[in-house]
Amino acid sequence: MMFKYILNRLFHSAIVMFVISFVVFFIMFKAGDPVQLLLPPDATQQDVIEMRHALGIDQSFIKQYQAFLVNVSKGNLGNSFVYGQPALNVVFERLPATLELSVIAMIVSILLGVPLGIIASIRPRAWYSRAIMFLSLAGISIPVFWTGMVLVLFFSVMTGWLPSSGRGEIYLFTSAFTWDGFKHLIMPVLTLSFFQLALILRLTRTGMMEVLMQDYIKLAVAKGVPRKVVVYYHALKNSLIPLITVIGIQFGQLVAFTIVTETIFAWPGTGKLIIDSIQNLDRPIVVAYLLVISFIFVAINFIVDVLYTFIDPRVRV
Amino acid sequence: MIMKWFKNELLVEFFEDKMAVIGLVIFALLGILALAPSIFTYQNPYDLTQLFLENSFQAPNPNFILGTDEQGRDIYSAMLYGLRISLYVGLASTILSVIIGYTLGLISGYYGGWVDTIIMRIADIQLSFPAILIALIIMALWGEGVGKIIIAITVVNWVYYARTARGVVLSEKEKDYAQSARALGMSNFGIIFGEILPNTTAPIIVIATVRIANAIILEATLSFLGLGVPITEPSLGSLIANGYQVLFSGYWWASVFPGVLLMVLIISINLIGDRMRDIMNPRLKR
Repeated sequence: MMFKYILNRLFHSAIVMFVISFVVFFIMFKAGDPVQLLLPPDATQQDVIEMRHALGIDQSFIKQYQAFLVNVSKGNLGNSFVYGQPALNVVFERLPATLELSVIAMIVSILLGVPLGIIASIRPRAWYSRAIMFLSLAGISIPVFWTGMVLVLFFSVMTGWLPSSGRGEIYLFTSAFTWDGFKHLIMPVLTLSFFQLALILRLTRTGMMEVLMQDYIKLAVAKGVPRKVVVYYHALKNSLIPLITVIGIQFGQLVAFTIVTETIFAWPGTGKLIIDSIQNLDRPIVVAYLLVISFIFVAINFIVDVLYTFIDPRVRV
Repeated sequence: MIMKWFKNELLVEFFEDKMAVIGLVIFALLGILALAPSIFTYQNPYDLTQLFLENSFQAPNPNFILGTDEQGRDIYSAMLYGLRISLYVGLASTILSVIIGYTLGLISGYYGGWVDTIIMRIADIQLSFPAILIALIIMALWGEGVGKIIIAITVVNWVYYARTARGVVLSEKEKDYAQSARALGMSNFGIIFGEILPNTTAPIIVIATVRIANAIILEATLSFLGLGVPITEPSLGSLIANGYQVLFSGYWWASVFPGVLLMVLIISINLIGDRMRDIMNPRLKR
């Protein structure tokens, strides 16, 4: 049964990817002609026609989509108009920087969000719970770009403590292991994780409060189970289940919001790449980015769905 | 019919929370400022004949209480006009998405079958993508503009209302009143919009309140990335983006003040939304 369920989900994911590939292609087909941007202003009509032919954009929609699908299956999405390299390579080259930022931000959000959420749930009316909740309200209310800007203003413009752009020195695929790289990481990670942290905190708190009100918890307390055991074992275990789905989905959000963070901090990842490529009408890069990112989201959803059946016996098939 | 829900206990419960009341008061004040910015400002930021280049980059002073930007635009005046655009985009896109999402959700839940399958499949696929990415692609294709961004946000947000409405209808349509309306020979249209709709407004209103804040943030973020509202009719987001370009030159006021206003606006909405969500959540009732 389990195997059948996983196959079913895989099939579903494949269909979603197919739909996405069509939508992405349709979007780019409608997006306008990049030739004018690529050729020098004094190019002749002949140059334009040749260029359009060379890029294959003088053919019909169906023809182009067919060629596109064949190429996708070969992993060939064409060369970037701007970089002159295969688009997939350009995207994959920058993917580690983006994933690094997202993964570290997620770890920071969980490590801070869950404990703070638990603290705020046990005594909801205490002053520290109120302080935590106010902080989380700020977290979900402040736009990501605004957090980044304020950090830049304080730590770069006013004090000059932290570098405001770039990735710094890299060791073992990440900047986290060098002092210079670490300094470059602080602000982008804080910017990216502030919202997530607040969200995870709030979900943990609501989940805990709901569970703590259940009869079986009251029963456990009444029959003399130590309060610590009730809170950290019985209640926490049951309120973490919905959190896992949320964390899975929110990881996708984090990857998406690297677009904003990378733009602010000139982080050399895919987020900055997509904004630059949209402005340059660099079609192959935009297509490659959307397909790669979509694949990541679909994969995350698949993993979360399957994991969920293991964790929560109620949805076991 | 909406008032029926909010009269008596619910309204009383809302006002029991001090923070929610503070949120409501701030939101009302900002709403008044945004309704008629010309009364409260001394410069019309849209009118280029009122902008003088010799006034550019003035720090806050008695003439320009929150300073000016590179075109001599008074930040305070521009902020109030920007507030109007931001609120307008937030409210208009929310109303549009409620209408579209609610209708599709009601139909989907009431009829079931293939209509339901198609609508919910689209919703599922869309929900597996972050809103900002979808809106970003739409704006990248379409170019800047207030009307365009409202539509882009609607495309992103209808899903949330559709899902909620569908869920509520599924349980409502089996209840006695809906069944008896059917037995009395009422048309499907009449049952959906005359009987079920008035009974399902509460959860939608709660979600809508929270999503107004999201819509405003989304608009500001897109404008910040240069894919939202142009600086010629600035929203708070485009003002911040515009000011950010000169942040490193030390002209902090051009971005910080609009940012603070945006933050206050969103916090006030979230305070109201939070309280409404708590009141409506039956699982938090003792």
